[in-house]
Amino acid sequence: MRGIMRILIISLMVCPTCAFLVGCGGSSPGSSSSSPPNTIAPSGTNVATISVSGGPLDDYPDAAFASVTVCVPGTSNCQTIDNVLVDTGSWGLRILSSALTVGLPQQNAPDGNPVSECLTFVDSYTWGPVHTADVKIAGETASSVPIQVLSDAVPAPSGCTSSGFPSADTLGTLYANGILGVGLLAQDCGNPCPASYDLYYECASSTCQPIDQALSQQVTNPVALFATDNNGVIVELPAVSSAGEASVNGSLVFGIGTQSNNALGAAVVYTTDDYLNFTTSYNSQSYPDSFIDSGSDAYFFLDSSLTGLTNCPNPSNDEGFYCSSQNFSVTNLGSNGASGVFNFSIANAATLFANENNFALDNLGGPSSTSAPYYFDWGLPFFFGQNVFVAIAGASTPGGTGPYWAY
Amino acid sequence: MSQRRAGFIKSSLGAAAAALVILAVAFPAWASLGGDTASIQADQLQMQGTRTTKAVESYTVHEIRAGTGTVVREYVSQEGKVFGVAWRGPWLPDLRQLFGGYFEQYHAAVQSQGGGRVARRPVMIDQAGLVVRIGGHVRAFVGRAYAPEMLPAGVRAEDIQ
Repeated sequence: MRGIMRILIISLMVCPTCAFLVGCGGSSPGSSSSSPPNTIAPSGTNVATISVSGGPLDDYPDAAFASVTVCVPGTSNCQTIDNVLVDTGSWGLRILSSALTVGLPQQNAPDGNPVSECLTFVDSYTWGPVHTADVKIAGETASSVPIQVLSDAVPAPSGCTSSGFPSADTLGTLYANGILGVGLLAQDCGNPCPASYDLYYECASSTCQPIDQALSQQVTNPVALFATDNNGVIVELPAVSSAGEASVNGSLVFGIGTQSNNALGAAVVYTTDDYLNFTTSYNSQSYPDSFIDSGSDAYFFLDSSLTGLTNCPNPSNDEGFYCSSQNFSVTNLGSNGASGVFNFSIANAATLFANENNFALDNLGGPSSTSAPYYFDWGLPFFFGQNVFVAIAGASTPGGTGPYWAY
Repeated sequence: MSQRRAGFIKSSLGAAAAALVILAVAFPAWASLGGDTASIQADQLQMQGTRTTKAVESYTVHEIRAGTGTVVREYVSQEGKVFGVAWRGPWLPDLRQLFGGYFEQYHAAVQSQGGGRVARRPVMIDQAGLVVRIGGHVRAFVGRAYAPEMLPAGVRAEDIQ
């Protein structure tokens, strides 16, 4: 019943002059309107359950979490860690040291000193030693995966703190037990990864020096190291009512076109540029720095002057989000020339947040900047109601070689 | 990438005497945003980059292509002061270096950014003496910072990118 009401309401909003005519929803998004609901694979050997449920502190909206098992390589000495953030915007597994009880071997540089990593995100950084683990998710296993253990036990060196950002190495700052980076790349740094990038370090006691890091030693997307189903993932989350829902469950499916449950089907392939971006076009303007990121907890796009939306008061609890409602229709354009219309709605964040038990918020948005270069960051709400394929760079799939998004 | 280059070239059109100079001289200095032209040399050294300059009507743009592949632009007034910096590329530049004397103000602001909600989102700092935007994602950062009171007459914030 709720679904039918939602179709009517969305039809009126998107297409007010032809609300009940067949065909009105021809360009409507998977997350709403008249297209059939997306199919969510039941759990299986290549399917892990994910949930949008607030995370370990019951405070994290629009974030999908999975359980990941890490083992001492080659042994059955394992630990399952829940509430790990599913992030299509990074690559590799990162676990809070405070959440880790199994003793994983650390990675050492050629001179025997332990290796640490500093990965700078857009609003924080993660710092800590690289360890090696067999990583198991659903029925898949990746052997001897370099992972990052987040810890400030050894202070982050100046090359790591030069962003000025806060670290996200504790539960209170990460709001998750870890990050499962299942984005478009296999390794987080790439080749080459020289010391001058200030990404990898070797630490003798508390003194750390930047080092070159070979591809095989870099923190690695575990999916790329699975024995099978290793060319990418599908993030599958159901549609969410416009008022938000307490929580929803979905699936993280491994492999693209490798099993009966992960075929591309009618999904459109959008390839990316050298920076893993594609173009979103809105109101006759093109924004070529746009991207899809399940680790962003809203649609972050443009600003109030370009959208007509109102920013939430600053300062306030809702600062950084939009506090008015509007419907949008945009066109996404891949480097391969593929294009498709995507419709979505933004609602008043203060209204959405008013029900503090709701963590799955389909219409949550905020500005991405207030001056050029503008862009669209298609955060987790983009995933509600449409399955999003993530093909790893260099991997071959029935839709071509990665990197690409498909939905 | 081609669009970005085109944008840069376009932004320089109309310059009465656009100069393109590749500098190899290095002498140490400190500070960038708010600093003098010499401070850009320090940034270039720190970034292991190559530098080109372009003169526009009321300011000069120094573009440093860092060893990381990230391109940094420093905007220098006719009085020789850096009034804005911008960057684009796979890795964030050393903001301690780039922001110079503004780093502590920025640091305090970014450490306390945000309201009461958990939010993974771009950095937007608007203070009386300093505006900062940091966005994009890992492997594709974009950002800029400027000191509003130092903007030359006729220069808009969106010119800094």
